[in-house]
Amino acid sequence: MSRASKENYVLFDRSTKAFVYGFQTNAIQRMLDFDYICHRDSPSIAAIINPSRAGIHKAFWGSKEIILPMFRTISLAAKAYPEADVMVNFASHRSAFDTSMEALAEESIRVVAIIAEGVPERQARILGATARSKGKIVIGPATVGGMTAGAFRIGNTAGTIENIIASKLYRPGCVGFVSKSGGMLNEAFNIISRNSDGIYEGVAIGGDRYPGSTMLDHIMRYEENPAIKMIACLGELGGEDEYRIIRALQQGKITKPLVAWVTGTCSPFLPASVQFGHAGAKADTEKETAQAKNQAFRDAGAYVPSSFDGYGDEVRKVYEMLLASGAVAKFEEPEVPRIPADYSKALASGDIRKPTTFICTISDDSGDEVLYAGKRLSAVLQDRMGIGGVIGLLWFKRQLPDYAAKFIELVLQIVADHGPAVSGAHNAIVASCAGKDLISSLCSGLLTIGPRFGGAIDDAAREFKHAREAGLSPEQFVADMKKKGINIPGIGHKIKSTKNPDKRVQQLISFARANFPSTDLLNYALQVEQLTTAKKGNLILNVDGCIGILFLDLMTSCGAFKKEEIDEVVKLGYLNGLFALGRSIGLIGHILDQKRLGSRLYRHPTEDIAYMMPSEEETSCSRTA
Amino acid sequence: MAQRGIREYDAKRLLARILPEYLKDFSYRGSLALVEPETDLEELEAREPWMKTSRLVVKPDQLFGKRGKHGLVLLDATWPEAEKFLKENMGAEVTIGTVTGRLTHFLIEPFAPHEEEFYAAISSDSDGDNIFFSQQGGVYVEENWDKVLRWHVDVLAGIQGLDIKSDLPESLGEKRSAIDMFLRALWRFYSETGFSYLEINPFTFHRGSIVPLDMVAKLDDAEEYWQKKRWAGLSFPEPFGRSLSKEELFIKDIDSKTGASLKLTILNPEGRVWTMVAGGGASVIYADTICDLGFAGEMANYGEYSGDPNTEETYYYTRTILDLMTRKKDPRGKVLLIGGAIANFTDVAKTFKGVVMALEEYQEKLQEAGVKIYVRRGGPNYEQGLKLMRSLGDRLGVPIEVYGPETHMTRIVPLALGGGSA
Repeated sequence: MSRASKENYVLFDRSTKAFVYGFQTNAIQRMLDFDYICHRDSPSIAAIINPSRAGIHKAFWGSKEIILPMFRTISLAAKAYPEADVMVNFASHRSAFDTSMEALAEESIRVVAIIAEGVPERQARILGATARSKGKIVIGPATVGGMTAGAFRIGNTAGTIENIIASKLYRPGCVGFVSKSGGMLNEAFNIISRNSDGIYEGVAIGGDRYPGSTMLDHIMRYEENPAIKMIACLGELGGEDEYRIIRALQQGKITKPLVAWVTGTCSPFLPASVQFGHAGAKADTEKETAQAKNQAFRDAGAYVPSSFDGYGDEVRKVYEMLLASGAVAKFEEPEVPRIPADYSKALASGDIRKPTTFICTISDDSGDEVLYAGKRLSAVLQDRMGIGGVIGLLWFKRQLPDYAAKFIELVLQIVADHGPAVSGAHNAIVASCAGKDLISSLCSGLLTIGPRFGGAIDDAAREFKHAREAGLSPEQFVADMKKKGINIPGIGHKIKSTKNPDKRVQQLISFARANFPSTDLLNYALQVEQLTTAKKGNLILNVDGCIGILFLDLMTSCGAFKKEEIDEVVKLGYLNGLFALGRSIGLIGHILDQKRLGSRLYRHPTEDIAYMMPSEEETSCSRTA
Repeated sequence: MAQRGIREYDAKRLLARILPEYLKDFSYRGSLALVEPETDLEELEAREPWMKTSRLVVKPDQLFGKRGKHGLVLLDATWPEAEKFLKENMGAEVTIGTVTGRLTHFLIEPFAPHEEEFYAAISSDSDGDNIFFSQQGGVYVEENWDKVLRWHVDVLAGIQGLDIKSDLPESLGEKRSAIDMFLRALWRFYSETGFSYLEINPFTFHRGSIVPLDMVAKLDDAEEYWQKKRWAGLSFPEPFGRSLSKEELFIKDIDSKTGASLKLTILNPEGRVWTMVAGGGASVIYADTICDLGFAGEMANYGEYSGDPNTEETYYYTRTILDLMTRKKDPRGKVLLIGGAIANFTDVAKTFKGVVMALEEYQEKLQEAGVKIYVRRGGPNYEQGLKLMRSLGDRLGVPIEVYGPETHMTRIVPLALGGGSA
């Protein structure tokens, strides 16, 4: 493995390759952004392990995009990328143990960082002991991780790119830092960068009682690493971890200057039962208090401030001592790298603008609740607006009067179905019998709607409206249409006639007469009907015509629409929308019906087709020559 | 998540129910009854018929020890005597060490006359567990600590290869083997039931089988997911002398339902210094600094929020604190420290949005209570978050000072409490 070339005290360097367990796209991008500003030759992420999906993940490398492979299991990833020796484990507290044990069992994986909080103590102890027995290292659980400046970061360690630049983490300094708290890691990076040449490496071991690796484990690595000149640590009340460091100091095993502070000096002033934020932060004995630990550090020769406020000053004091002695040299700062701003972030901050591609004026899902024409969905439901009311909002952008909404619902019910033989239903049934899915079969039926099937609503509305506005008398209108050779749309029915009236039309008319302020265009149409039925009994006002005409009456008389808006409704074909919507109900019914029945493929009987082939003469190209 | 004490009642019930899985001839039945303030004693008596036929022990069961020394244990009593004892002591105020509280929970169990008292305990460390045993159990174990035997069980190797028996004194006679088996079973029970501490002091032998007389136990509450079945019906009481306020319970409830962390402990509701600090580590440092400056007595609460809570969660958290701190006025005014380190991944703007919503809601009350607010925070979207706070200060009519990562984390503490300038 590639480890052979690395010293044991090195956890991460500029060639470190890692797996990220868990599809944490933000953390993944943060790691890549860090790699990029550190001018690494290649990304630090070898692959993503995502138990629910294998494949690829696209991420940014600077302003370009790269592809990261994604595996379902740790062992598959390890086989494919034996050079990756780190796993950043974002698994939840429920699966952190199993996945981390799996990673430790892979020969090529040497460091496992466990982010999850709430890993049981026994599991954490087994993880730590297993790692130690194999000469491996577990960082965490319950931590953000750690990082080596200018080389590698675990997940979200050190936060945003701006923060990384502010704390100069894109290039190594000379300070090795370790803390329990992950939240304080970033703050410490900030403090240390302001008071020295910055961080070489920083690790947060996590606030639990039994971290997989201890502060001393990392301090001993810092002691061995010649690039690290001074060590800083931030401990916490509770537990005895700090005493292991103090013992190492007393035994002369730590020779580099050590700045130490133990937080929790407030605990003697608080009731004994207060549990601090970290699980391990509770002093069970006098020895475990922050005061005792700080004093013991002082006695052992560490640099200990009088409070956390003085931590930076203490770091500065030691750093300046090292500078004066020549142990560290000042160096020229490399150029501060840049990373392109994320589009969404730049947009949110108002730094950039871009014309939008779409405009939407009917609904808005960008807030915490979807709006229909500005009205909250919950209010729509509360007001019991019904389907008619919702169509009013989404099609007409109006809160229609109640009778208008009811009329729309009446129309939808009336047009919902007209038996299996009509074009739409027939097509849908044939498609369904051919084994097509619901949506395909529905589309097949809907595609028949047009000038000859179901499309007469708009045409009738248009023609009658036009005639009325042009001031044509019913007689003039009928004569005019006849002269043009056009059948009047909305007039005529295959079966129904004056003697056998269409019940649907009667329903619509009686509703309109009872509810609409006026039915001017309907009255006009009925005069036209009198003329046409006088010629032929079945030239009645049909259901399409009646719907179209009454809709115009509704819009004109309800007072909610301007004339231009009514013109637009007719022009844009709103009314055929009513037919398509209503008839979908029936089409879906027919499709499901066929599926329920287990119908087989439909083939039209040949005896029902008149086969009339053209003669050879007719198909010959030379015929016309 | 942490180690949490459980009642002796629950510890003994667990032992009675589960230890037989590891120790066939463990015949302790666990006849136990827990008396709470609302327990109907007549109903209890009907449910637990042994109470009328056995001699009884009654003792408080509220996570504190040395009950005998405090004269709180009734031994070898009849049920009428026990009833009298319960009536006299239920709700009584007692002081244990430095903590004063009310007696609210009592354990009743059959009295086991005995001569021998043995000590057994198991604790954990980073490499494994420690099993302790002593022939001199009971109240004398501490003064005879040098006689306590100790075995270390490696966390990976387990107990298989460990020889306990040959370390046990010959003088135990035929009990030697029984104690060896008991300690082995006890360790397996301990390690597979989510314990982080267990002490049976003392236990004794009654008609040849082991009876635990007194038990103390802590569980690792992070095991809950794995121990659902074994822990069914078990509760984690608050430490003695500490009952959670309505507000603390409210925050605890939110905390239990989110992946983020929200903690609140009220120290002194009359205090003038209130904190709302992000992060388990930073919150301790803020509390340290307040105490360093001599304001420990004024510190009203300890708490923290972390792990990227959403806007709604920070809104409720803030509202709870604002409600508490504006209930009573103080002529000297009050301060609210909204502090935190430089976050790694918590979205500062998002969390502050909820904070701002609550502050706006409490505008009038904050003005009336003379609250001054100090903010310090860094991390993702902190510029936006701090801007939100600054603009709020203008329209709220409450003084708000806002600082970012360029200012030392705890600098706002002396600024707020007097003792320095920015």
